[in-house]
Amino acid sequence: MDKPLTKNIDPKRGPLNLKGYEKAGGYTAMKKALKEMEPGDVTKVVKDSDLRGRGGAGFPAGVKWGFVPMGDDAPHPKYLVCNADEMEPGTYKDRLLMEQDPHLLVESMIVSAYAIQADIGYIFLRAEYVESEKALRKAIAEAYDKKYLGENILGSKWSFNLFVHTSAGRYICGEETALLNALEGKRAIPRAKPPFPPVVGLFGKPTIVNNVETLCNVPDIVNNGAVWFKDLSKTDDAGTKLYGVSGKVKKPGLWELPMGTTMREIIEEHAGGMQDGLKFRGVIPGGASTDFLVEEHYDLPMDFTAVQKAGSRLGTGTMIMLDDKTCPIGMVHSLEKFFARESCGFCTPCRDGLPWVEKILWALEEGQGREDDIATLEMHSRFLGPGRTFCAFAPGAVEPLQSAIKYFRDDFQRHIKEQRCPWR
Amino acid sequence: MATIYVDGKTYEVNPNNNLLHECLQKGIDIPYFCWHPAMGSVGSCRQCAVKQYKDENDTTGQIVMSCMVPAADGTRISVDDEEAVEFRRSVIEWLMTNHPHDCPICDEGGECHLQDMTVMAGHNYRRFRFKKKTYINQYLGPLINHEMNRCIQCYRCVRFYKDYAHGDDLDVFGAHNHIYFGRHEDGVLENEFSGNLVEVCPTGVFTDKTLKEHYTRKWDMTTAPSICTHCGVGCNTIGAERYGSVRRILNRYNGQVNGYFLCDRGRYGYDYVNSEDRIRTPMMRQENGELESASKELVLNTLKEALKSKKNIIGIGSPRASVESNYALKKFVGSDRYYTGLSDTESKLVDKIIGILKNAPVRSPSLKDIRESDAVFILGEDVTNTAPMMALALRQSIRQEPLKLVDMLKIPRWHEYAVQDTLQQRKGPFFIASVTGTKLDDIATRTYRAESDDIARLGFAVAHILNKDAPAVKKLNKEVKQLAEVIAGALKKAERPVIVSGTSLGNEVIVHAAANVAAALSKEDRRTNLSYIVPEANTMGVGLLGGGSIGDAIRGVKDKKADTLIIFENDLYRRANKSNVDSFLKHFKHIIVVDYMQHTTTQRATAVLPAGTFGETDGTFVNYEGRAQRYFQVYYPEQEIKESWRWLRDATLQAGHNDFKEWQNLDAVVGAINREVAAFRKINEAAPNSRFRIAGLKMSRASARYSGRTSIRSHENVHEQKPPDDPDSPFTFTMEGYSGIKPPGLTNLFWAPRWNSVQALTRFQEEIDGPLRGGDPGVRLIEPAQRFSFSYFTDVPAAFEKRNDEFYTVPLHHIFGSDELSIKAPWIGELAPKPYVLLNKEDAGVKEYNEGDEVEVQLSSGTWKLPVKISDSIPAGVIGIPAGLPGLETAILPGWSTISK
Repeated sequence: MDKPLTKNIDPKRGPLNLKGYEKAGGYTAMKKALKEMEPGDVTKVVKDSDLRGRGGAGFPAGVKWGFVPMGDDAPHPKYLVCNADEMEPGTYKDRLLMEQDPHLLVESMIVSAYAIQADIGYIFLRAEYVESEKALRKAIAEAYDKKYLGENILGSKWSFNLFVHTSAGRYICGEETALLNALEGKRAIPRAKPPFPPVVGLFGKPTIVNNVETLCNVPDIVNNGAVWFKDLSKTDDAGTKLYGVSGKVKKPGLWELPMGTTMREIIEEHAGGMQDGLKFRGVIPGGASTDFLVEEHYDLPMDFTAVQKAGSRLGTGTMIMLDDKTCPIGMVHSLEKFFARESCGFCTPCRDGLPWVEKILWALEEGQGREDDIATLEMHSRFLGPGRTFCAFAPGAVEPLQSAIKYFRDDFQRHIKEQRCPWR
Repeated sequence: MATIYVDGKTYEVNPNNNLLHECLQKGIDIPYFCWHPAMGSVGSCRQCAVKQYKDENDTTGQIVMSCMVPAADGTRISVDDEEAVEFRRSVIEWLMTNHPHDCPICDEGGECHLQDMTVMAGHNYRRFRFKKKTYINQYLGPLINHEMNRCIQCYRCVRFYKDYAHGDDLDVFGAHNHIYFGRHEDGVLENEFSGNLVEVCPTGVFTDKTLKEHYTRKWDMTTAPSICTHCGVGCNTIGAERYGSVRRILNRYNGQVNGYFLCDRGRYGYDYVNSEDRIRTPMMRQENGELESASKELVLNTLKEALKSKKNIIGIGSPRASVESNYALKKFVGSDRYYTGLSDTESKLVDKIIGILKNAPVRSPSLKDIRESDAVFILGEDVTNTAPMMALALRQSIRQEPLKLVDMLKIPRWHEYAVQDTLQQRKGPFFIASVTGTKLDDIATRTYRAESDDIARLGFAVAHILNKDAPAVKKLNKEVKQLAEVIAGALKKAERPVIVSGTSLGNEVIVHAAANVAAALSKEDRRTNLSYIVPEANTMGVGLLGGGSIGDAIRGVKDKKADTLIIFENDLYRRANKSNVDSFLKHFKHIIVVDYMQHTTTQRATAVLPAGTFGETDGTFVNYEGRAQRYFQVYYPEQEIKESWRWLRDATLQAGHNDFKEWQNLDAVVGAINREVAAFRKINEAAPNSRFRIAGLKMSRASARYSGRTSIRSHENVHEQKPPDDPDSPFTFTMEGYSGIKPPGLTNLFWAPRWNSVQALTRFQEEIDGPLRGGDPGVRLIEPAQRFSFSYFTDVPAAFEKRNDEFYTVPLHHIFGSDELSIKAPWIGELAPKPYVLLNKEDAGVKEYNEGDEVEVQLSSGTWKLPVKISDSIPAGVIGIPAGLPGLETAILPGWSTISK
């Protein structure tokens, strides 16, 4: 099976340098794009490939690129920003790519920037990703030395400069417009949309923000074409996907598998199944901000469409397992504590609602639950939903909560009735 | 126009606005916090949620924030939808989780937007059972109290302070539910408009610290529409009183003038009214030489002799006295014996300015016009210090040109953060030519520092580039020439440029240069806005009335053979050389000063009569724009305090003159001015007269909920006393009378059912952010002539040459300190600078002066010992000293001086 993302990765060996990366077939997509293709051709092949955003929302990347003003009248500088602020709990897929194959991201950014004729690129990197930063800085320096970055790349009229920006560290910076504010040196609060970043983005200029994994698919799409990319998948959502599993499985880890691989296969074949003595109870399929899936979803193909149909989201594709010896309320409490802390504080429901949710869950765990607590939690699930809050943060934050109430209602009620956490 | 449907009803709306704006406009109550008509929508509080439907078949709908959705044609929403109602209730519930519920001890209580919205949204039962978070409050200076625990995080404070007023020492810190609005450390808020936080904040986080000194609830104050007395802009205010003292000033919206905001001098300068330096009783010079209180009857009787023959009397008016009082004095003593009370310099400049505004192809802009300007050229003024609210208006102008981009992208202008994300650092053209650094420099495209004649030369050069008929400037150096080209180019490209100049440097050629620039920019169909800043509340009023200066009075006294001098509300020592005033006063046997503050001139009086401030009297002021505006007595004083014209009427009647016999009230005086002075033909339109009634009722000054009406004076007399009558205005002094929405010039209180805070204002506006219902009050007395007679000024000065032994000394104006009245408020005094002399670095080097060295500055008006402040920006050969500061009031500027150690 072709693995556009991890083909060069060998953790024992470590990342390839530029020479090694080129030897392994790297930078061919860059050469092909710059020498043989018009910018519009690159966008077209990415659009045709149905590459969907791997940051969680699944928006088609090529369509996004298509919103950028092109031509002589287009405003400049235009920006390409790589969202590498991987702070979603349970998610560690971009880290692997950056630490183990930094040149893939560099090449991806060159090719993608060429498509939208961006002048400047930023990799907005989670502050804690020290290894990634080292690897990226080294790769970028090598690319500059080789004149793959800088002025008139490969003798063309097009120039592109690439910078690593290490974040000061807020989860909300992963929201693309909050990221732009942070990059401008402002408070990391989301922006109103419209205007959308492809038209009014960083410093008011056209800007594309793409996730690391999304971008890393681009070189092989350019090399091998849209049909090849679609054929990698088992379902209608194209490509491969980095799937991860954490929690009490035998072999937690991360694997590049065809898009649409079933949950059963991922858990049982790749993660080795549940640890002995534990039963599968549920899973948060794509990072902390997605709804629980349970046993009835065990054979679900893990792609954008199918997971959405099942009432959750593929998100980042990295699952967090819930077993039968772990308190679901405790798990949700831990997540909500994170979300309450990471709210940017801009809009009321999120800023003041999530701490309330967190405190109720805490009270349930501490044996101080009250009869009407479930109703209050449900009120929050509804009123922190899409459209109620300024951005998608709070709707994401209540996804595990609302689905936990749905699937584990008895456990909530036991906490209240028994005035204790039954798992303690 | 567009049609929208709200809960099944059809409304015609302006699609350029958002739904919240339009619903409030139509009288539909939707609670909100973060939206502000001057600052747009940001969608942070989520309080104004409504249900929106796709079409008439959509029964599900979705929750949207009404402030974030355009009122586009065909929009269908429900405010009453059950889910929307429940959501709005929840928003309040969230906001209240950490609110201290301390309304009974909160200064905002009773006029709190949060209280109103809580009731409106229907939250009344507390379900949150966990601990509240608390904060440490900050010391923010003498004007504003900080109580962070009450904060509901609506972001309005920082949006006003940073985004609107461009302050940089108030911010939001932290994240999630631990965000903090304050300074990076305790300290005085530096922005000159910080007092607006008090009105912008929807609850009691930022409250008026000076009100705390003599706290009274909103409903217990007697209020009247007033005009600010602290500069020439004429902002509309509401004065509020209880127990005979003025308690606070609130903004009174006027769409053409101050809009929603006031400067800190205007908001906090009121305490001079309560000052111990007030004159509250008539006084007579006794045989022992002391000035002592005496009865009104005695004083008036004694004045009979002094007032017997009009030919023996000289009258000096004042730019801080009303048009009515000045007119009365002028009428009584005659045109040749009346002087406006302006200094020589001011008088000359104001005459010029009025001539230019009347005859040149220019137009005097309102502050609204200035806010909407798309290019600015300031000549010689430090606007933040000489006309603060004009500076705030100018700050808004820098957006106008870049907003074209926003329009092009079809982003609604009310969509504030989208606008900001788009505009980023873009600013419209903004040029400042000044003697030294100004407080608008941070937004300037280019600044130019030069002595005042050189500033004029730049102006003349710009005018010449724009129109070759304007005179050229000889021997202009290359850089200045280039700068002139840049400025001319930017002004020419602009659609609504404004030229700002004024009297503060006392330089006539700057006034001429500004006129040339504006005239050169004017076209057939467009008169360029030209705004001249004048120093005092009624400088333009006395200018329009006409008369000689104090200097003319002093120089002419020998020929007049007068032995009685009447001075209205004027300290001559602030406006003419001390020695000249001293010898002038010696000519008179009787010096009658009618004033409300004690000062050097009152000390020389033979009789003093207590005039009233804005608190105790009515009258008309004319602002820089030429807009006549009426202020109304706030309260009825216990003491014998009257309008200056009324004292004159009483005294002259007593002396046997019948000139003013018919003047029973203000209407009579206004009527006479209206008939007799051409420039004031429209003065009666400034406000409704005393006969105005609604449903047969007078307007109430006190609110319907006023307490103590019958008991306030019960310590004097247990019988209920008849409230005093007000012959001059349509107001009662009590809560009796009409208390609904009054006509615009008579608005004394922003209150409407369900809206107890100043946010009730939307109910008073014809259009939100537009004029008040019935039109913005005040009447412009100067409109551009249909046919103008203007020839370019040709008095281009030679370049400034520094002298060897002398320094050209200019006044440096300070928002806190330079104004004669506001400095009497202790908190303004606290913020005023200490006297100093500002010296160029190079000059200081030559003189071997260091920062802080005490030097002696000798001017023709006197000698002062002042500490040296060294500056990079003041030109060599020029020094500056603060205008009007206590101790420096009698320094007459500009002029040449010598400095020694």
